[in-house]
Amino acid sequence: MQALLSIENVSVSFPQPKRLFGGPRVSLRAVDDVCAEIAEGETLALVGESGSGKTTLGHVVAGLRKPSAGRVRLRGAELNRNNRALAGRAIQIVFQDPFSALDPRMPVSDIVAEPLRIQGIGGKKERRERAAVLVEEVGLPADALNRYPHEFSGGQRQRIAIARALAPAPELIVADEPLSALDVSIQSQILNLFRDIQKREKLSYLFISHDLGVVEHLADRVAVLYLGRVIELARREDIFTHPAHPYTRALLDSMPRIGTGRRRKRSIGGEMPSPLDPPPGCVFHPRCPLAQDICRKVVPRFEPLAARPSHSAACHFKEQA
Amino acid sequence: MFGFVLRRIGQTLVVLLIMSFIIYGLIGLMPGDPIDIMAASMPGVTPEVVAKLKAIYGLDQPLMLRYWRWLMAALQGDLGFSRTHSQPVLEVLTPALWQTCKLMISSFVLSVVAALILGIVSALRPGGLVDSVVSLFAFAGISVPVFWLALVLILTFAVALHWLPASGMSNVGDGGFMDQVRHLTLPVLTLMLANTGQFTRYVRAAMIETLRMDFVRTAWAKGADAWRVVIVHGLRNALIPVVTIMALSFGTLFSGALVTETMFAQQGMGKMIYDSILSNDFNLALSGLLFATLITLLSNLAADLAYGWLDPRISLG
Amino acid sequence: MTDVATEAALAHPSRGIHAAQSVWSLRWRRFRHHRGGMASLVILALLVLFCLSAYPLERYLGLDSNTTDLLSRYDPPSATHWLGTDEGGRDELLRLMYGGQISLLVGLLATVIGGGIGVSLGLLAGYFGGKLDSFLMRLTDGVIALPLLPLLIVLAALDLTKLGFSSEFAHSGAAGFWRIVVIIALVDWTAIARLVRAATLAVKERDYVVAARASGAGAFYTMTTHVLPNIVTPIIVAFTLTVGRVILFESVLSFLGFGIVPPTPSWGNMLNNAQELVTTAPALAIYPGLLIFITVIAVNFLGDGMQHAFDPRSERR
Repeated sequence: MQALLSIENVSVSFPQPKRLFGGPRVSLRAVDDVCAEIAEGETLALVGESGSGKTTLGHVVAGLRKPSAGRVRLRGAELNRNNRALAGRAIQIVFQDPFSALDPRMPVSDIVAEPLRIQGIGGKKERRERAAVLVEEVGLPADALNRYPHEFSGGQRQRIAIARALAPAPELIVADEPLSALDVSIQSQILNLFRDIQKREKLSYLFISHDLGVVEHLADRVAVLYLGRVIELARREDIFTHPAHPYTRALLDSMPRIGTGRRRKRSIGGEMPSPLDPPPGCVFHPRCPLAQDICRKVVPRFEPLAARPSHSAACHFKEQA
Repeated sequence: MFGFVLRRIGQTLVVLLIMSFIIYGLIGLMPGDPIDIMAASMPGVTPEVVAKLKAIYGLDQPLMLRYWRWLMAALQGDLGFSRTHSQPVLEVLTPALWQTCKLMISSFVLSVVAALILGIVSALRPGGLVDSVVSLFAFAGISVPVFWLALVLILTFAVALHWLPASGMSNVGDGGFMDQVRHLTLPVLTLMLANTGQFTRYVRAAMIETLRMDFVRTAWAKGADAWRVVIVHGLRNALIPVVTIMALSFGTLFSGALVTETMFAQQGMGKMIYDSILSNDFNLALSGLLFATLITLLSNLAADLAYGWLDPRISLG
Repeated sequence: MTDVATEAALAHPSRGIHAAQSVWSLRWRRFRHHRGGMASLVILALLVLFCLSAYPLERYLGLDSNTTDLLSRYDPPSATHWLGTDEGGRDELLRLMYGGQISLLVGLLATVIGGGIGVSLGLLAGYFGGKLDSFLMRLTDGVIALPLLPLLIVLAALDLTKLGFSSEFAHSGAAGFWRIVVIIALVDWTAIARLVRAATLAVKERDYVVAARASGAGAFYTMTTHVLPNIVTPIIVAFTLTVGRVILFESVLSFLGFGIVPPTPSWGNMLNNAQELVTTAPALAIYPGLLIFITVIAVNFLGDGMQHAFDPRSERR
């Protein structure tokens, strides 16, 4: 089966300002040679700490940033300037901060219908009707249409943002940390909304999160990002039961779990190195409890595990986990 | 640091060059041309002679070529001949430049001092009575037409009270130091009043901002002497950007100087430019405008360099 | 899912529909507490009324404000000439009213044109960034640094026929009026350009702008639909302050003889022969300038009041 979306060797680098006197021109590699696929109706979770490049990758998929290398294909067709309209309709994005996501000067009806307006789909009346349907679909009262964003709470705003993303009947929604700005009590409601919509509309999600707990409830597969590189990619149950990369294990250990009462005190030591100056060998070795000499010198290949071909990781000791 | 200075000087020269071309082009678009004016004052000159004269002076050449010739001559110190003054331009310019410097620098210094005092006093209690009065004064300063302010001062101090002379730079047969000062008082006062308003607003805003900062509040809380806090902490931090902005307003100051000199018949750069444009003295107008531009560009350059020098947070890499 | 906001909105269904208006009514309420701002609003309304009553008053008094009568120069105030007559024997009051119409109109038009330039350039620089941004900001810095008044004088002195306009048009009153509007607009757009650029930089990073881009929105759509409506309040304030500056520019140019050409009156050119007025009819040297002063100070206070009303952080004064 052909994948809905394929990310092929995508890299993004930000050139740094030139220095006046000498010094080689450095560039910051925010995303480094990432490959991944998303099937129809599937949710791929992208997990990593802040600075791991997950948002940048999300922006590339949403067509907001051109990759410095590699390409993104939608049903086999490469997304570029020539078919922006296609990507603009088929791929929508939901942001983290629901307060910045909605134009305070627009009534909700205009906000929700905006992608249709931009794409030139339907007339004014049809767009408004569509907006009314969508507003109800995301669980808001019908009279929300005439109101302005400042009259809504964070959770309700996120519903409006989701309604907007649904407007042009997209095939993929890039959800960039859509829960992390919300109160915990609201988070599960929005999470359920994402799930219900997926069931109804047969959507795919690229779900970006720093929180594995959120991912556990929604993802079909999980990609773990570290310093712009995918270091592990596997089905959800495999990630949670047999993680192959020490970084993934550390992330799981630092995850708060319901039932255990309090957070286990095993967070990852150290800080992520600067992407301006990534460590040689395995990028994770300065923080890795298992690091050996080989890790400091040789870059581990990102390849499938012998036991589970659907499970890949970039670690010299992945088979020993 | 050295690289920064070089780059800024380079930029200034480029701007000056661009401006010289623009001004040269604009002057050429002014009514009449030098030969026609000359011919008009000499009856009996035939059109053929006029055409020949134009050819001799190169006035039939394209703009770029004429500009290039002018630029080359100017770089060697030859700015041409002033028609109305019957003197080389440079000899007309130099005393005018000196006169304008006296006017601008003295009023600038006085404005800064007045603005510092007023700004600090009003920043101590924003919204208080003193602040309201100073604010009103500052608004008046930025809203008053300079030429009208000069008129009012002339009416008051020269016409009604007879305290000070209304125009000129010195009395015939006197010209001593005190006499010059008396003649300069009203122009300086005019220009100073006109500028103090804006300056006061800068100082006030910067002081309020600084006095709100945590380290100043800490000093207050620790019971440090109030004036010490204001002077040592507040002023030192507020002053750098303020002085920079003031120096950047030299262009505005020059515009004010032009009006003031015209009103009080002071033979400075401003009045010279004004007169030369009125009387179609192209060479003089061109050089005068360029010098005015140069003065403002240099003051901006000085402000930039001083800012970079004084504020450790700005790295000049 | 019933949040507090939903419940409140459900209880008051009308609240939502008037949300946009409610922002403005809140601002109006804040503005009303700004004494200076309110006073200026009243004063400006009265000034406009004053200027607009020129024609009715002229009919009522049975005068013609354009006909000179050299037998009644500098007449003192009387039942027919309420403020007396000027150097041409024309009614001073009526000329002040007509002159005000011209001065205010120039102020508004030049602000709209110059502001339009500033908004466009600021939007482009802020939205696209990069090379365009640095070029436009260099240009802005350059224009800010120039001594504007001398430059305006040169621009005002240009021979329009050399620019390809017909001689008939070049010497018409309309050309004089539009020339002054255009040249002031050409130099006074920098403050607005900088402000709009800064505001655009802040707004274009908001997620709703990014979302529109993700849906395939072009630059023009994004700028007009999202950026402009969200930066409209600082623009309104900046436009207001610009009106004041433009009125000052017009008055000084007209005063120096490079602006509105007599016999059309403007508050500036009514002081053309100020030197003569000072000795013969001091009152006439006061009126026009006083009106400029009052207008500009009111405009500036109005801007201050609006800034206060629009800024959610400003405390009550």
